[in-house]
Amino acid sequence: MYKYDHYDQAMVDARVAEFRDQINRRIAGEMTEDQFKPLRLMNGLYLQLHAYMLRVAIPYGTLDSRQMRMLAHIARTYDRDYGHFTTRQNIQYNWIKLEDCADILEELATVEMHAIQTSGNCIRNISSDPYAGAAADEVTDPRPWAELLRQWSTFHSEFSYLPRKFKIAVIASPEDRAAMRLHDIGLELIRQDGALGARVFVGGGMGRTPMIAPEINPFVKAGDLLSYLEACLRVYNRYGRRDNIYKARIKILIHEIGADAYRRQVAAEFAHVKTFGIDPPLAELERINAFFAPPAYDAPDVEPDRTDPNFAVWLDQNVKPHKQTGYAIVNISLKPLGGIPGDATSAQIDVMADLAEKYSFDELRVTHAQNIVLPYVAKSDLYAVWHALRDAALADANLDLISDIIACPGLDYCSLANARSIPVAQKIATRFADMDRQRDLGELKLKISGCINACGHHHAGHIGILGVDKKGVENYQLTFGGSGAEDVSIGKIIGPGFDEDGVVDAVEKATEVYKELRQGNERFLDTYRRVGLEPFKQAIYG
Amino acid sequence: MVEFRYRTDEVTEQPSVTLDAFLDQSNATAVRLEPDDDARALIPFLDRLTLIEVAFPKFRDGRGYSAARILREAKYQGELRAQGDVLVDQIAFMRRCGFDSFAPESSLNPDAVARALAHYEYAYQRAADAVEPSWKLRHG
Repeated sequence: MYKYDHYDQAMVDARVAEFRDQINRRIAGEMTEDQFKPLRLMNGLYLQLHAYMLRVAIPYGTLDSRQMRMLAHIARTYDRDYGHFTTRQNIQYNWIKLEDCADILEELATVEMHAIQTSGNCIRNISSDPYAGAAADEVTDPRPWAELLRQWSTFHSEFSYLPRKFKIAVIASPEDRAAMRLHDIGLELIRQDGALGARVFVGGGMGRTPMIAPEINPFVKAGDLLSYLEACLRVYNRYGRRDNIYKARIKILIHEIGADAYRRQVAAEFAHVKTFGIDPPLAELERINAFFAPPAYDAPDVEPDRTDPNFAVWLDQNVKPHKQTGYAIVNISLKPLGGIPGDATSAQIDVMADLAEKYSFDELRVTHAQNIVLPYVAKSDLYAVWHALRDAALADANLDLISDIIACPGLDYCSLANARSIPVAQKIATRFADMDRQRDLGELKLKISGCINACGHHHAGHIGILGVDKKGVENYQLTFGGSGAEDVSIGKIIGPGFDEDGVVDAVEKATEVYKELRQGNERFLDTYRRVGLEPFKQAIYG
Repeated sequence: MVEFRYRTDEVTEQPSVTLDAFLDQSNATAVRLEPDDDARALIPFLDRLTLIEVAFPKFRDGRGYSAARILREAKYQGELRAQGDVLVDQIAFMRRCGFDSFAPESSLNPDAVARALAHYEYAYQRAADAVEPSWKLRHG
């Protein structure tokens, strides 16, 4: 894992002091809320329905046990004893007091954490593959690049007042576990003739106008990457729309001028920018790389004992192959039956920290599906890990099944929401409570957003649910056929919406149609893509 | 009114003209850029300009930061002024982008401005000022 040096620590400490001063000026009335708003947002502080919400950055979703314990401590001390892991691999606290905020950030800074640029019209926290460093299919570890991008994007003087927020994801595998092409910029690290570089995709996103990012450059050399991104951002900062907040994301600019025109403008800007020495030397990448050296693997190549059937079920569902013999990747589901997707109590966060320290070379990851990963667990330890997780109610064996739902906070918390998301997630999980039934349905990614802003990624759901307000009544639209993986696609609305119970019934009917029509090992998504909407529509609308 | 100026040369007395007016009769030495204007249109004329004023009608509109970078990257040496909705918490980034004078619509507290400018000892990126990025400090 990356460790701060003097420069990193000095910058985070300075930020805490600066924000403390800004909060004091706000409380003293020296600043209007309008002036304070962009400043607090750049420090991750939102004003929600009931209280302030603080979003803490977990850079590229990677953290160690000390940092994880700090997250538990914050939840216990300043919030209501729980936190909410987000689709951007961050954590949110829902009940924060403005006057505690500087103290919280000061505590976070002691473990090399912060809330910098977790909101606002700036470059947000860099997201990445939660299996980075452990996946067999990666061409390189994307985390050093994510760290390089973190530093480059932090306090960027030119790009802190962009037309709109800006999200970057970096992966290094053909399998996409980070919804890379649904970001403003998606980077896929690849090798070409032995040289490392990136495929650059620009202009993806969800929200009210979902778009899949087109490829803007098939190969940018590693040593040119920051200059190229600087060029991408400058074109956006100058020409992105500022007249309408709903058309201000870079995807709209690229859609309006076309990918070719954007590509040409970026190329011209890059030729210019490249002359200014923005890319750090190789030595800096090597310095960062050293922090991500593989851990000291020493486990024997043994398969775990599968005699305990519940353990075997969890093993098959939540444990994934590792690139190192004798090791496995453990997914901890934060989707217990009837729970709130992504929520974890302070005690559970502590348990996960303990397990990481004892069994996973002190490392954890947050996934964009709002689960937690222990990336380096010896197969010989899996049974012990499962036992400890079960004792903490963290052993749900539902990874990628219908109850592994992504849901936004919805109208229960969010000031933007039109409808509740959490109760719908709970009702669907309860309807499919029978785990044999879930496993029979197989991989089925269901995602729920409580408004058109799509924080619950419904566009990328094999089944997506969008909550809208219909004349004062919550109404839920269904979409089918989305995917945030390497087979990326945007779901399509299937027809008129439903009330809360109606949408649960409709989902159930859709799964029945799938069971009738599936062939071989087809997933729900594959069957839908093969047969189209009609048979589903007939079953649901009659 | 210019409240903060980080230059030692004389203040230009000539009022600034719009970009369109300047491109029509380019004997002016001071020009004002609105957010929509293309700063690159001035590049052929930079050696005869002593003041470029960049308008910030709303502090949230960050196009002026790119305008400043472009002008400094083109080796513009004259005064680069941020005018309009310029707030104390924006000034440090503006300085990094190359602005060296400030005419905020609402008067700013000089102590607060001095504090804001001194607050960050280091920076992660190269910009238009003389600050070396942290990677440069790490590796020399």
